[in-house]
Amino acid sequence: MSITRETVEQAARLARLTVADADKDRLAGELSAILGFVEQLDAIDTSDVDPLTSVVGATARMRKDAVTAGDEPERILANAPDRVTDFYAVPKVVE
Amino acid sequence: MAQTIKGQTGEWEIVIGMEVHAQVLSESKLFSGASTTFGKAPNHNVALVDAALPGMLPVLNEECVRQAVRSGLGIKAEINLYSVFDRKNYFYADLPQGYQISQLYHPIVGEGELTIDLEDGESRTIGIERIHLEQDAGKSIHDQDPHRSFIDLNRTGVALMEIVSKPDLRGGDEASAYMTKLRSILRYLGTCDGNMEQGSMRADVNVSVRPVGSTELGTRTETKNVNSVRFIRQAIEFEARRQVELLEGGGAVVQETRLYDPSKGETRSMRSKEEAHDYRYFPDPDLLPLQLEQGFVDALASDLPELPDEKRARFQAEYGLSAYDAGVLVAEKETGDFFEAVAKGRDAKLAANWVMGELFGALNKASTDLADSPISADSLGGLIEAISEGTISGRTAKDVFASMFETGKSAVAIIDEQGLKQISDEGAIESALDEIIAANPAQVEKAKENPKLKGWFVGQVMKATGGQANPAVVNKLINQKLG
Amino acid sequence: MTELNRLTIAAASAGLAKGEFSARELTQSCVDAMDERSDLGAFITPTPDLALEAADQADAKRKGGEDAPLLGIPLGIKDLFCTEGVQTTAASKILQGFVPTYESSVTTNLLRDGAVFLGKLNLDEFAMGSSNTTSYYGNVVNPWQSASKPDMQLVPGGSSGGSASAVAARLCLGATGTDTGGSIRQPAAFCGITGLKPTYGRCSRWGIVAFASSLDQAGPMARSVEDCAILLGSMAGFDAKDTTSVDTPVPDYTAELGAGVKGLKIGLPREYRVDRMPAEIEQLWQQSAQWLRDQGAEVVEISLPHTHSALPAYYIVAPAEASSNLARYDGVRYGFRADAPDGLPEFSSLEDMYATTRGEGFGAEVQRRIMIGAYVLSAGYYDAYYNKARRVRSLIARDFTEAFEQVDAILTPTTPSAAFGITEEPSGVEMYMNDVFTVPASMAGIPGISLPAGLSSDGLPLGVQLLGRPFDEEGLLRVAQALEDAAGFTATPQLMA
Ligand SMILES: [Mg+2]
Ligand SMILES: [Zn+2]
Repeated sequence: MSITRETVEQAARLARLTVADADKDRLAGELSAILGFVEQLDAIDTSDVDPLTSVVGATARMRKDAVTAGDEPERILANAPDRVTDFYAVPKVVE
Repeated sequence: MAQTIKGQTGEWEIVIGMEVHAQVLSESKLFSGASTTFGKAPNHNVALVDAALPGMLPVLNEECVRQAVRSGLGIKAEINLYSVFDRKNYFYADLPQGYQISQLYHPIVGEGELTIDLEDGESRTIGIERIHLEQDAGKSIHDQDPHRSFIDLNRTGVALMEIVSKPDLRGGDEASAYMTKLRSILRYLGTCDGNMEQGSMRADVNVSVRPVGSTELGTRTETKNVNSVRFIRQAIEFEARRQVELLEGGGAVVQETRLYDPSKGETRSMRSKEEAHDYRYFPDPDLLPLQLEQGFVDALASDLPELPDEKRARFQAEYGLSAYDAGVLVAEKETGDFFEAVAKGRDAKLAANWVMGELFGALNKASTDLADSPISADSLGGLIEAISEGTISGRTAKDVFASMFETGKSAVAIIDEQGLKQISDEGAIESALDEIIAANPAQVEKAKENPKLKGWFVGQVMKATGGQANPAVVNKLINQKLG
Repeated sequence: MTELNRLTIAAASAGLAKGEFSARELTQSCVDAMDERSDLGAFITPTPDLALEAADQADAKRKGGEDAPLLGIPLGIKDLFCTEGVQTTAASKILQGFVPTYESSVTTNLLRDGAVFLGKLNLDEFAMGSSNTTSYYGNVVNPWQSASKPDMQLVPGGSSGGSASAVAARLCLGATGTDTGGSIRQPAAFCGITGLKPTYGRCSRWGIVAFASSLDQAGPMARSVEDCAILLGSMAGFDAKDTTSVDTPVPDYTAELGAGVKGLKIGLPREYRVDRMPAEIEQLWQQSAQWLRDQGAEVVEISLPHTHSALPAYYIVAPAEASSNLARYDGVRYGFRADAPDGLPEFSSLEDMYATTRGEGFGAEVQRRIMIGAYVLSAGYYDAYYNKARRVRSLIARDFTEAFEQVDAILTPTTPSAAFGITEEPSGVEMYMNDVFTVPASMAGIPGISLPAGLSSDGLPLGVQLLGRPFDEEGLLRVAQALEDAAGFTATPQLMA
């Protein structure tokens, strides 16, 4: 599978990454190399195996329904790059 | 009796599937210990994991699992003992993790069904595809600042059940009946408060149209987050008509997401500049697969409350109510319970009439609801008893009811205070009647010839007893004596 | 008193207990060492003042008759562990200035046991790398120098390169690391120290910046097997806040260290004999096997047939999980937010803010992996890549399960080469080959330890790796101790404080 400039642009868009035009061809080459490397898995017959869900082989542990957190906005907002009162602030979202 | 649209080229059928998001009733969030209470100050109901701080991990709330299973049982669905939480990846300001934890490949509840009751008395069974558990997003506020949006994560991570119907609904009436019934069932179960104004239940409505007789599905649109039963109906009616006009004009329906604007009664495209979403679902590696025991499910099943359909059947059988009356009374669990408290050991039909007639009317007029009714079930039961036992007449009862509603006093107290008790004592009525007969021999003769004139005696007896004689007893005695 | 910083944890604890020196003196010697060797770039955020304060508290506690397993022991903390009140960056610009309001479970356990934290150690950005050259805060230098090119700076390995370098250079007595595909064991091998990756689920992941959730595991890095045992005893444990952490008791890992290997069966997987592996590494591997044989172990050849599928499968699973785990770094709630472009007062849209922040905030390797991850999960490719890799993972795990029916531990080289020059760094997939021997155990979730067993002909340390059964860290440490005793590795790096 060879990655094109367009695929790089699409992956960058999906991942919300601004990629400079000048870097796109280089990235296409690098990503192609990685995909080329991982595609050796195609040779392995996995028809009789289930995907591994967890190496610990356990099932979900659950917690009791109780309020154990909250009412500490300073712990939540302490690192906010921009805030107004107890809200996070971001550039205006146009819906 | 499906609704259709008469177009210029023929008749069109409307095909609807609904994805209802219902907020799970629980104290804390699906994966965090933050409270689910509505209306807190911004970012106060937020745990570290809700804000997706680095290194924070989700831990599943067992109550949310229980509630999802109970909801599944309530729609007679298959419960999947094995289910998996997946990540749905997309970026949005009120989605701190950059993904929503949901269930795509292995939902907790599989296929079920629900019976809707239509206004013409018919009912239809609607298939349900699945219920899965997922996280709610936060809230973005756009109107507080000209340049910035504000983000509040209080809702972030609250548990939702996404209840996905099959494309079995055929018009706005059915869709709103479906939403109403689903809401009723969830409220009976206590798994969702059904509070649509607060967003506890909202629907994504998938609409397509096709010529009547066609079996192929047309291209559908999805109208997102419609939050009232009325809006669901309006959105569907608008959207179906729009699609018919498009198709008949030679156009094509574009598969897209739309928004309903209640102020205009229209849906409009949420044309995003982005290409189609690619959510890159994969099993959340922070959460192990959920494995339930059959015994756990069985215990919940045996503990399920009576649901509206069963209750309606029982009301018809036990109280001899009509299907319609029973349906009205069971729609809300509180109403059914109230009615039963009034009816128990009393005249059930009378009770149904008074609950649905006078009481609902008065509550409506006072813009209040049953929960705040000034007349308790017990108290209304007292009134029913007074009527049944002949203590007061039906006409007097209406006045008593009005006083009860105004003062909150019991029927007995009002009847006593205002001296409204009927005289049903035959002896007292007979002696009054005898006096009148003795004093009016001429009238007696006329009445014996023309029975229509007996009415004059009734009037005289009522006058003599201050209007409190039981009319049935008066009539009986007059008939005996003036035969 | 000099050179307290060169003591092992076990020796320092004994000295502290006997009152031969104070925790302050011990910590001060580490702080001085950190100053002396700041050119190694091992620390992103040194916290000497906090460390000395903590040391004083430890001394006060000891005076008050208290004791704890790590009371007064100065440690370095990989900057992937969130530490309350101390900047945590994951070596990324995107977390610059982020000061957690919470403490990771593992570091909480260490603090509970009296440890003194010297500061936050450098690493590859978001733990993605095998050379510690991807850190936004500069690369880390390996304190070892080769005989042939003594002027050339060598990589410490990665991603726990700061931890390995600091422990090797005697800047701290021990350090925390994290291992996703070899990030503890490979740098331990490159720097001539001992590093243990526990069984997945043994140490809580709560409060550790996530790279690949199904693989990440914290573990100790130190200068002896015994020190690793001591540290693991403190770091490990069930944590209700991490539902992948396993609720099984933590034994005293030091108790059985001297039990020897007599009667144990050790496997040498034939698939670990790879092309282009230097003969001296092969020799050291065979030598190590002989040392174990000499002490009464039976050494047998085994097969782990899917060994060579582990690395390609890893380069699907890890980037896929990372692409999702790193989506939260968006400039909204913490860390770096880019300025609007070209002097504009504000971004035209939220999308712009995201993409610019992430484009500027993540380094090249991280961006590469995020894009690969997004790609392999995207519509139409999920089954071909991600699910295929998960199936392969089942096969790898099965290989180990079957092997452990035959043997008690598996012995392999840790890396196919010794440390290389920072300027000689291989690129792309070639670089990934560094982890070829460490990744299989990560994919299977089993424990592994690397310890120095000898020097290359060029004077650089070489490590051997032991792999054990799930949750049998005790058995693993016991074999490692036997190997350590036999190897008698006493060489020290040139750039040691
Ligand atoms: Mg939807
Ligand atoms: Zn949903």
